[in-house]
Amino acid sequence: MNARRLRTSLRGWGGVGAMAVVCALAAVFALLLPVSQSREDGGTGADGQGVAQGSQAKAEKCPDPQNQSLSPDSGPQDGVNVQRIKEKGFLTVGVDQNSYRFGYRDPNSTSKKAQLEGFDIDLVHAIADEILGEKDAEVHFQAIPTSERIPAIQRGDVDMVVRTMTINCDRLELVAFSSPYFETGQQVLAPKKSDIKGYDETLAGQRICSASGSIALDKLKADLGSVIPKSADISTVVPNQLDCLVRLQLGEVDAVVTDGALAASQAAQDPTVELKGEPFTDEYYGVAMKKGATDLIRRVNQILVDYRKADWQKSYDTWLAGTLGKGDGPPPVQYK
Amino acid sequence: MTYQQKGGAAPPGAPAPTMPAVPPQAPPPGPQVRSAVPDTGPPRRTAWAEGVDQLRAAATTEPGRLRIIGAVLALLVVAFGAVTAWEMTDRSAAADDVLHSSQPLSADAAEIYRSLADANTAASSGFLAGGQETKASRDLYEKDINNAAEKLVTAAANSEPGSASEKTITKLNRMLPEYKGLVERARANNRQGFPLGGAYLRYANSKMQVMLEDAEHLYTVENQRLRADYDDATPYPWIAIGAGVLAIGGLAWAQHRNYRRTNRVLNHGLVAATAASTVVLLWLVVGHSVARSGLNDSYDNAVRSLNTLNDARIASLKARGNENLTLVARGAETRTEGTGANKKTLDVFDEDYETQMKALTTKLAAAEGLADDSAGMKPVKAATANMKVWKERHKEARTQDNLGNYQGALDRVIGSNDKKPTGECFENVDTALATAIKHEETEFKQAAGDGRGAMNGLVVGAAVLAVLAAAGAVLGIGRRLSEYR
Repeated sequence: MNARRLRTSLRGWGGVGAMAVVCALAAVFALLLPVSQSREDGGTGADGQGVAQGSQAKAEKCPDPQNQSLSPDSGPQDGVNVQRIKEKGFLTVGVDQNSYRFGYRDPNSTSKKAQLEGFDIDLVHAIADEILGEKDAEVHFQAIPTSERIPAIQRGDVDMVVRTMTINCDRLELVAFSSPYFETGQQVLAPKKSDIKGYDETLAGQRICSASGSIALDKLKADLGSVIPKSADISTVVPNQLDCLVRLQLGEVDAVVTDGALAASQAAQDPTVELKGEPFTDEYYGVAMKKGATDLIRRVNQILVDYRKADWQKSYDTWLAGTLGKGDGPPPVQYK
Repeated sequence: MTYQQKGGAAPPGAPAPTMPAVPPQAPPPGPQVRSAVPDTGPPRRTAWAEGVDQLRAAATTEPGRLRIIGAVLALLVVAFGAVTAWEMTDRSAAADDVLHSSQPLSADAAEIYRSLADANTAASSGFLAGGQETKASRDLYEKDINNAAEKLVTAAANSEPGSASEKTITKLNRMLPEYKGLVERARANNRQGFPLGGAYLRYANSKMQVMLEDAEHLYTVENQRLRADYDDATPYPWIAIGAGVLAIGGLAWAQHRNYRRTNRVLNHGLVAATAASTVVLLWLVVGHSVARSGLNDSYDNAVRSLNTLNDARIASLKARGNENLTLVARGAETRTEGTGANKKTLDVFDEDYETQMKALTTKLAAAEGLADDSAGMKPVKAATANMKVWKERHKEARTQDNLGNYQGALDRVIGSNDKKPTGECFENVDTALATAIKHEETEFKQAAGDGRGAMNGLVVGAAVLAVLAAAGAVLGIGRRLSEYR
């Protein structure tokens, strides 16, 4: 009886339904593919400069910079640095206000206090709540420019920086990082209608934009004539990755290469563009703290362990799923 | 009296008393004189040789000499008048150009330059205010764009076809709507709350920087044209003065000769001619000196001040624009300087601000040195004082921004006056400079107008007086000639 019903339904609407399911699965798969490997350094093009230098140094100096953080269990989590934050009663964090969906200040906000929002900001609130042990713990956001990220930590102006900051070897010499909280990689962004399919031969004869001093530009230069066709025009180099979207909208270029997270942030501002193909590099974002503040680093890593369990996905869905797709969760963690 | 017969023989050809200048040149008396002396001459001779012979022959008799003297004097005086009229026509035309063409055009070019820089500044201020952009700021932006467009039309009409200026103006006309389009896109994105708006505004700004370079070029070219007109208007008319000295010298010599020959002191015609020539020469020298000093004064005290003030105003506009853009870009455009331990990351806009502030400081100091009266000095001093406050407030704003207090920085740049924003200082600087520019422009019009006025009537006056003097000389000689009848 059941078998017959199944057969009839398969013959009728079931067939259509099954095909719909297959289509949906295909669509999800297609969305997941670019997403799973698509993230990178956030913030601004200026950040790319540091990243670029870092990535070059990476190969020589340290193998996996994202796996150099302290394990939460390797020592005390409640030392002098954590105590100091508890005593003053609020957390001071350096954030970005220019990265849409990561750390961004809405210019139309009418509230007296600068309203910041995004994936990084959610993480900051989680860390503050945990360290200070209360809901909606007080956070003093400091919207620092890219160039001030490391000096601000070293001077002690901020307790930590959560600002789409890629973990790399150069920076590891100056500051300490938490375990990675976001994985990203360089990716191609192009209009939905475009024939470009990814970082491949479909870029033939296309004008490609990248930010000066960025990993994207280094990769494009290196891969021109091998991975991507020689006919690709990579001469458009702009000060900031967001400028590439300007050029794209004005029809001055056909595609943009930047890290997936920033590409997603661009796509969120223009519904007619999308990420094409898979990311072709691997980069990780981490929370930066003062070197030697081991208790705080362990504490943040502990908080991240919990954060990754559920809140991470919630924040991801709010800010990034719209352009990055469902994704496959937080990056894997390995300690030193 | 010995020459009476011959003298009688010569006149019939010409009405000697009225036109003694003509005979030596006129053919009729010539052949008669010649035929009277050597009956047979070489059959073929050039007109020049014959003329010389005639003169030589005429010079042997006193009436002949008098005729030659009369002719030469009339020629000298007329030549003096003609040269004076010619040289002064050139100079007064150049002075006219200074007053009515090149200075206004130079002012227009400065206005294009200023309007563009001001529009860019207004656009960035409005952008920073976001959805709360005020009507005043929007209106200012529109006014600047319209103003620039209008002045570009005037400049295009006054530029020579095919010249570099014309090409620059065409380029500016083409880029202005492009710039406007980018600003509108920036606004639209900003209203949606997208950071893309800031990127558009930075792109618009980089377009504007190209336009400003062109506008500056245009301004420089117009200033060179103004300088060239000054150079055409002010040199002493040496040829005319030389001709005048020669004519008066000739007249004096003729009178002296007359006195020696006849013991008569005054020959009315010659005296009148001398007087008229002297008047022309004095008028020429004094009039031109006055005109020259007026024009030089207008250049040294007004035009140079104007140029410096315009430069200062544009520097302050650029500084303000960069100050705003530093907050719009929020560190999006940086430049690294130095290597290794000395490596520094500098914000492009903040660095530009510093450059423009330095330029403003220099230009204001120069303007203070050039200001020649208290009315011109006061606004420059006010601008300098406000600039100092501006610098201090800017430092505070930067400190706040670098500390991460973006709202605090914003308040100190575009906030309301109770927050002590730099915008207040910028506006004060701009207003003070506008006042100073207005003052110098009035001074320019006054001095250059006076200079130009001193040349008034000189051309016509010189021509009329020269004709009168020539007539006087001819009459005076004629009076003497008539004594030989």
